[in-house]
Amino acid sequence: MNLFNWITENQQIIYIVILMIFVGIEVIGRVPSVLHTPLMSGANAIHGVVIIGAIIVMGRAEPGNYLALVLGFLAVIVGTLNVVGGFVVTDRMLEMFKRRKPKQ
Amino acid sequence: MNLLTCCYIIASVTFIIGLKMLSEPASARKGNLVAAAGMSVAVLGTIFLYRDDTGQQLGNYGWIFGGICIGGLIGTLAAKRVKMTAMPEMVSMFNGMGGLCAALIAVVEFDHFRRHAIIVTERTIASGMLIPLGWLIIILLGLIIGSVSFSGSMVAWGKLNGKIKDRSFKGQHLLNLLVLLAIVAEFVYLLFCFDPLLMGILFYIILVLALLYGVLFVLPIGGADMPVVISLLNSFTGVAAACGGFLYDNKVMLTGGILVGAAGTLLTVLMCRAMNRSLANVLIGSFAGGNAIAKGGEQEQGAIKEISISDAAVVMGYANRVLIVPGYGLAVAQAQHTCHELERLLEQQGVEVQYAIHPVAGRMPGHMNVLLAEADVPYDKLLEMEQANELFAQTDVVLVLGANDVVNPAAKTDPASPIYGMPVLEVEQSKTVIVNKRSMKPGYAGIDNALFSGPKTSMLFGDAKKVLQDLVTELKNS
Repeated sequence: MNLFNWITENQQIIYIVILMIFVGIEVIGRVPSVLHTPLMSGANAIHGVVIIGAIIVMGRAEPGNYLALVLGFLAVIVGTLNVVGGFVVTDRMLEMFKRRKPKQ
Repeated sequence: MNLLTCCYIIASVTFIIGLKMLSEPASARKGNLVAAAGMSVAVLGTIFLYRDDTGQQLGNYGWIFGGICIGGLIGTLAAKRVKMTAMPEMVSMFNGMGGLCAALIAVVEFDHFRRHAIIVTERTIASGMLIPLGWLIIILLGLIIGSVSFSGSMVAWGKLNGKIKDRSFKGQHLLNLLVLLAIVAEFVYLLFCFDPLLMGILFYIILVLALLYGVLFVLPIGGADMPVVISLLNSFTGVAAACGGFLYDNKVMLTGGILVGAAGTLLTVLMCRAMNRSLANVLIGSFAGGNAIAKGGEQEQGAIKEISISDAAVVMGYANRVLIVPGYGLAVAQAQHTCHELERLLEQQGVEVQYAIHPVAGRMPGHMNVLLAEADVPYDKLLEMEQANELFAQTDVVLVLGANDVVNPAAKTDPASPIYGMPVLEVEQSKTVIVNKRSMKPGYAGIDNALFSGPKTSMLFGDAKKVLQDLVTELKNS
């Protein structure tokens, strides 16, 4: 019955997971193929939230724990790379989508 | 803590709204900024407001800010400097970084867990040791998915910039399966292993195997299918991030990660659908064995006609309607501005010029739209495939610029062709087709194109930019 206990204990999280799956599918359901790549890139930037985990690891690392310090630091760097790079590159792609005013 | 909760809720909502806006052309750019703003709120909130279970604030601010500065600087520079044609590989690279981040978190947390486990095991064996078990599963999932995503993205990155060639060998799929099975077996074994030393060894073996699996998984897939693979790995990283959210009971990581995991999976399927192929077909890689079959189409190989620049200019100058089909060749030559100039010149002479855009022309979906928009080509001049296919019959000249597979009639006529069934631009319905290519080399899928030897087709060999410039000069002089 351990499994049931575990589900009960984590029901909030399980609810979030289930609902988010549907939201994720629903939200991009009707994307035109032109936007596939920018959308992929934007989503790529959003999963950069993993940076928060890296910050927590880094912030909690005890001074003597070199594994946590070094890897945490590296994780913060690559996580930021994902977030910042992701949003900037998406913006650059989309910059070119602005509707131009008709000429003449 | 309360304020932080608000930050996280705001961020979660911006992610959903941002993704929604990103899927509509008019609001896409704003959507990206909305999500970025939400991300900033979440990150700053975490740095300054986070308290762990014992109410302890985060330390090591120097390291955190140092890391963010370095990552932010490199990320911005890389993203700003990258050429339009290289954007998909950039996305792949950033995605890999996210995966690596998730894997690193798992490594550090496992280390904590192991130290913790040494003290706890004796007591927990008696009490069923449930809580650490759930924890361990999440850590391992984060590790495996993150590592696969990292190494897979790096291979995809290498393939897109041409550093890594497609490679497949007999028994590749069997080997992949074996590696996967080994990972699963160790995973299960690790869950019921109480020796801290052995746990450590197993953990790092899983890490290595997961990295290896990422490489093996992507290596045999054709370079032309990389956008689909990147999209899939993108959703993997989303799930890996969500594992982190589970671990820290952090709702914004959880929502963001699962959101991307779900949306990314759907997007992957949509991309496959745009190419009229199934995901399984892409992943198992029908192109790998396609070369042998493709040779069968040779009987159609007729004489190839060449056309001179001046003739091409005249033909287009006196046409009523010209449709331009851009492809990867245009992107490589960076000829979009010259192409726009040609289009304007022709319009001045009373020719109606439009662009026929195949959804997967170039190296990523939407590649051509982005490229032409960069050259100020008005949005309404770009026709989608269905619209264009209706117009070809009433078109005098089709100018194909460095596109190949997307105009290959074999996709409709030759069931033996590896691209059979993929929707293509039916350019052969027009009165004349002028094809600009650098050489007769086959396109990305590595198959011959009967269009080039067709009765209506003339070839205009040369670099797209050079050819377009010559055409422009010719039109100006006439």
